[in-house]
Amino acid sequence: MAVAHTGVQAGDAGKRPAPPEARRHGPWLGIYTALVMIYLFTPVAVIILFGFNDPVGRFNFVFNRFTLDNYTTLFENQELTTSLQNSLTVAALSTIVAVTFGTLIALALTRFRFRGRSSLNLFLFVPMATPEIVLGVSLLSLFVTLGFGRGLVTIILAHIMFSISYVVVTVKARTSGLDTNLEDAAQDLGATPLTSFWTITFPLIFPGIMAAGLLVFVLSLDDYVVTVFNAGGTGMFPLWIYGASRIGVPPEVNIMGTLIFAIGVVYAIVVLLRDRGLLGDLKKFAGRRM
Amino acid sequence: MREKRRRRVAYFLILPGVAFLTVFFVVPMFTMLSTSFQEGTFEGGFTFTGHWQNYTESFAAFDTQIYRSLLYGLIVTVATLLISFPMVYWIAFRGGRRKNLYLLLLLLPFFTPFIIRTLAWKQILADNGILLGSLKNAGLVPEDLQLLATSTAVLGGLIYNFLPFMALPLYVALERLDHSLLDAASDLYSTRRQAFFKVTLPLAMPGVFAGSLLTFIPSVGDFINAELLGSVNTTMIGNVIQREFQTNLDFPTGSALSFVLMIGILVGVFLYARALGTEDLTG
Repeated sequence: MAVAHTGVQAGDAGKRPAPPEARRHGPWLGIYTALVMIYLFTPVAVIILFGFNDPVGRFNFVFNRFTLDNYTTLFENQELTTSLQNSLTVAALSTIVAVTFGTLIALALTRFRFRGRSSLNLFLFVPMATPEIVLGVSLLSLFVTLGFGRGLVTIILAHIMFSISYVVVTVKARTSGLDTNLEDAAQDLGATPLTSFWTITFPLIFPGIMAAGLLVFVLSLDDYVVTVFNAGGTGMFPLWIYGASRIGVPPEVNIMGTLIFAIGVVYAIVVLLRDRGLLGDLKKFAGRRM
Repeated sequence: MREKRRRRVAYFLILPGVAFLTVFFVVPMFTMLSTSFQEGTFEGGFTFTGHWQNYTESFAAFDTQIYRSLLYGLIVTVATLLISFPMVYWIAFRGGRRKNLYLLLLLLPFFTPFIIRTLAWKQILADNGILLGSLKNAGLVPEDLQLLATSTAVLGGLIYNFLPFMALPLYVALERLDHSLLDAASDLYSTRRQAFFKVTLPLAMPGVFAGSLLTFIPSVGDFINAELLGSVNTTMIGNVIQREFQTNLDFPTGSALSFVLMIGILVGVFLYARALGTEDLTG
């Protein structure tokens, strides 16, 4: 792969005249990329830095003095811990349901031919092409029309709704590349359709299911727009941040940002290590075949 | 026989998800449509009177915000495309073995919650915050220069927040590009510029298409950035809808505006898809 795009190879040079412009490249694109990366990380640096600030007044805008106090008193904030617990509960429950529904649809779309497949694709696309605020207020209008009180249940229903399509798209990317012959082979050797699914198909698509679950879990945890219309008075994590920012920006907001970012970093490292491990295995496998 | 049974299995598999989306996505669209033709108050209840004037009246009252949202959406889409294209091009073509690392680095800042990220820009752009405060102390900018509560701040926030939605699909399109096509172009004496415009760019178009949709739709409907970083002069359609539903409790007006927003975006998406010739929207 890496060799394929380094331009004209030395061995080719003798056979024909050198092309008019060999593909050499300057450092400018690399420098540009580094600058954009700095831009992207600037808010993260500010989030981390101001978590260690002892702010003057209610707004944490000017760096006054380094302190660790904000960290030690973090979980004494009752509203913060409650809203965090609520958000984690909602994210877990809505992820489980959305991943189940979405995976079943993804399997149907890639493994079966049935009438209405393309309409189903379109049907799943529309929620993703609808602005979040419209999803939020239309659900609100449903719950108000039905006289259904808003709370944890309505938030979970709302989050399942906007997650399903994302699960389908993510899992479909995995199932559509699958070799159906594997399952046929298993069934030729006497396995029931259910056995061949659990022993062959499911392990193969499991990484896709995990990726989808992670994606919608994060989407749920981070969602403000749909949540705010359907929460009633329930304290949810993004709503707490927003509320806190109305009265001032307390350092707790920065600390929560820092901690969640740290989880992201750990996740990224795990992914990179796993990719490297997988790559190594693949190379070993390829080596044995040759 | 077997074919028939398989088809029944398929319908069985899609049933729970489709039923759920019907109840919590399709039905709400109809209740919202019905609400948009109603009259009344939140306390006294709304009744359906076929009051289509909700549409004309709200459009007349909020046309500025509607046009502003469309304009902001277009600016954000073009800006994120211009900013991210050279970067993902470099990652995909020159990243070598570290491609995945660079891509993760690009995505890492967006692991922080959306609202906290936007608040960080508020901290950066504040009148005496780290950016303007230090520039003013150094005497480099006038004392009364303000960035918060301007359209610059709102656009800056939108561009930052929605950049990954452009960068990722672009990267996917560029990364799967077959490099031997570029070698072929260069062997056939194309200049680098010609190869870029005749090979790379056309093959990147699916990524541009997906990225534009993923950036344009959420930025047109957004109200967080305008709320946290803007002022009354930067109000977007999302802010109006939010206010109608949460403060004024005028559900019919809010529903009419939401419906206009959604239909406008869907029509735009299909025209755009037709213009670019992308058939399968869900990929």
